[in-house]
Amino acid sequence: MSELQHQSWSRLNDLEYAPAPESASIARLRDSYGLFIDGKFSDPGSHSQFVTLNPATEKPLATVAAGSSADVSRAVISARRAYDQVWSNMPGKERAKYLFRIARLIQERARELAVVETLDNGKPIRESRDVDIPLAAAHFFYYAGWADKLDHAGFGPNPQPLGVAGQIIPWNFPLLMAAWKLAPALAAGNTCVLKPAETTPLSALILAEILQQADLPPGVVNIVTGDGATGAALVSHPGIDKIAFTGSTEVGRRIQRELAPSGTHLTLELGGKGANIVFEDAPIDQAIEGIIDGIFFNQGHVCCAGSRLLVQESVASDVQRRLIRRVEQLRVGDPMDKNTDVGAINSAEQLSRINELVDAGVAEGATRYSNSCDVPDAGYWFNPTVFTEVSQTHRIAREEIFGPVLSVLTFRTPEEAVAKANNTQYGLACGVWSEKGSRTLWVAERLRAGVIWSNTYNKFDPTSPFGGVRESGFGREGGRHGLEAYLNV
Amino acid sequence: MANVVTLPLCSQSSPSSTGADIVFGAPHQPSRIGSETELRVALGGLSGVDTVGANARVASLGTRSLKQGTKRALLDLAITMIDLTTLEGNDTPGKVRSLCAKALRPDPSDPTVPSVAAVCVYPDLVSLARTTLGDSSVAVASVATAFPSGRASMNVKLADVREAVAAGANEIDMVIDRGAFLSGRWGLVFDEIVAVKEACGSAHLKVILETGELVTLDNVRRASWLAMLAGADFIKTSTGKVPVAATPPVVLVMLEAVRDFAEDTGVLIGVKAAGGIRTAKDALKYLVIVNETAGSAWLTPDLYRFGASSLLNDLLMQRAKQKSGAYVRPDRFSGD
Repeated sequence: MSELQHQSWSRLNDLEYAPAPESASIARLRDSYGLFIDGKFSDPGSHSQFVTLNPATEKPLATVAAGSSADVSRAVISARRAYDQVWSNMPGKERAKYLFRIARLIQERARELAVVETLDNGKPIRESRDVDIPLAAAHFFYYAGWADKLDHAGFGPNPQPLGVAGQIIPWNFPLLMAAWKLAPALAAGNTCVLKPAETTPLSALILAEILQQADLPPGVVNIVTGDGATGAALVSHPGIDKIAFTGSTEVGRRIQRELAPSGTHLTLELGGKGANIVFEDAPIDQAIEGIIDGIFFNQGHVCCAGSRLLVQESVASDVQRRLIRRVEQLRVGDPMDKNTDVGAINSAEQLSRINELVDAGVAEGATRYSNSCDVPDAGYWFNPTVFTEVSQTHRIAREEIFGPVLSVLTFRTPEEAVAKANNTQYGLACGVWSEKGSRTLWVAERLRAGVIWSNTYNKFDPTSPFGGVRESGFGREGGRHGLEAYLNV
Repeated sequence: MANVVTLPLCSQSSPSSTGADIVFGAPHQPSRIGSETELRVALGGLSGVDTVGANARVASLGTRSLKQGTKRALLDLAITMIDLTTLEGNDTPGKVRSLCAKALRPDPSDPTVPSVAAVCVYPDLVSLARTTLGDSSVAVASVATAFPSGRASMNVKLADVREAVAAGANEIDMVIDRGAFLSGRWGLVFDEIVAVKEACGSAHLKVILETGELVTLDNVRRASWLAMLAGADFIKTSTGKVPVAATPPVVLVMLEAVRDFAEDTGVLIGVKAAGGIRTAKDALKYLVIVNETAGSAWLTPDLYRFGASSLLNDLLMQRAKQKSGAYVRPDRFSGD
């Protein structure tokens, strides 16, 4: 370990940036929220309520309704009515107007949404402000453009929507995942029942307000908050034509098993254990940034995170030294501070899962390095961590940690890199770092993953399809491919 | 050329080589390079620079939010890092005297404003500048070696340097032969820098890469290493005489080069961003890049400079605004 500690005469970050906190009052949160069904918020008092916390302080933000199976039923009935009477018959160019309006309203309320997202999720305000919210708006803009061009999307003439879509989204990118699900579904003419994650329901409820502002016809989108039981009620509801789920492989497997006999359409976007492959001819300084971005973006709560670094042995010690120097520079702390690079872990449950796997990594003999930034006493925190001397058999090289923990492995030849990268149950994303185009292509066509980035990582765009193979799920979100998940083709 | 030694390069360094003896401020001697082939192997072996990635990195550093105390401290620091420059054909003794006065006391009404690092003039005005500045801490820098094009014979270039040094220049800003660099005659550029370094004597040598003419970031990285290996005390982006001057990605790559060079050799080389930096906001962004790339050791006029003229007044204006809370009229500060 001491060998890996970066001993530089130049101390990075001596320059103190004064705190630059964003104001929490911009969020304008209510004390309690009901469910958004049939275009209206129900009375919070009519539901049992649960508390949603700010993971950076452990203080409550608001109470939110726990949707029962009766609530789910009401939402599905409302969605069905809206589908039959309004949305499926509406010309695409009219649907597009609503989507454009939603996109513009997201932009108008971007600052508020960014603050809500950061309060509820724990991600740094810099990321919610620069990534989550702008991308969410971009998805609505993009699919608004498709709504009147479905005939030309390559699925034959006059493709038809599926009906009522049940959409269950995770807590890592709450609003963005809602946008990924809602925008293509609505553009294709479906109506939706959206179930936000238990720990991060607030931005979806602000989105509900935006849908009201946009005058979206009642029932076209219903938002039912709750925990796993609410999600299960949605999956098993007979009135649902399509389930789109993003979350853990374990839950995805249960959903697929349950829906197998029913004929309900299904797309799953599940876990991953992405490999970031760095060859000796890579642009090393940018590769370091890409590795950092790949694993520490959003505290590593990213299904396509580059959580395994495969680095060519000839440059391994140099890359590790630079990487650790850079990890030490990361500023961990108050997510509302505009200078924070890594925020809070989303929940106590997730934190204990990360701790468990990190302990396993140490016990199995990997060498641990962690960033030494002081973190606040309250809240859920985990300092960015790098494991070296990791072997393929270690749990930290096989299981998805879903936290700011990187496992470094080495390889000697391109064949070995491909073999190691593919030696996983998952297949969501990989990165290839090399200045040699022919090598990048050779490797890319042998990697089994839905997304492969070349000389970059974690780049998203509404025009680009995203999704996995093997236990990372099936179906694509984004781009023209994303429409296919919501059309009867 | 002298005997063969192994070149210290970033891609070959091991962790144990960090923390080498620090040679801070000591005269930096050229590495001894055997042949053109060795130079080619050394510079060709540097890892490439991905332009998209470098641009993304500086963009992300540009979102750092600087508040109150930090901002105030950095504004003062930026003032002390300025090489206050006039390099016009129509420079007059009067203009240089005025520039020197401004360098010593940038804001005569506020004695707390620090002096700048240096004034930068053509060789024929060096002696006047040195006399005007007296024995103050403000250095006199002079562009030499047939600035800005570098198109003259070696003897002329060396005479240019020697005259400037004899006239009292503390720092020499030389230009490299971009024609030779771009056509792959790296040994020629290397030898030229070595010779100029020798002619400098005790004066510090800043090597201008003219990155606007080198165009690619790969070239910037190679030229940075070439200059450092040949004995530069500072590497400098631009003459200010071509359309593209200092840009954040170029400065980022140069800072990475000095950082890696320091880790391998223990020698700290300075970086000077020259041309095109006009606002305090830009200057602060550069300082953030310095801090997070090379490290805070470089946050000193000994190792980081801005070559600029109009930047100073904007720094003074922002400084006054930090103090009083209100902007003053630009005319409150002298023009030259």
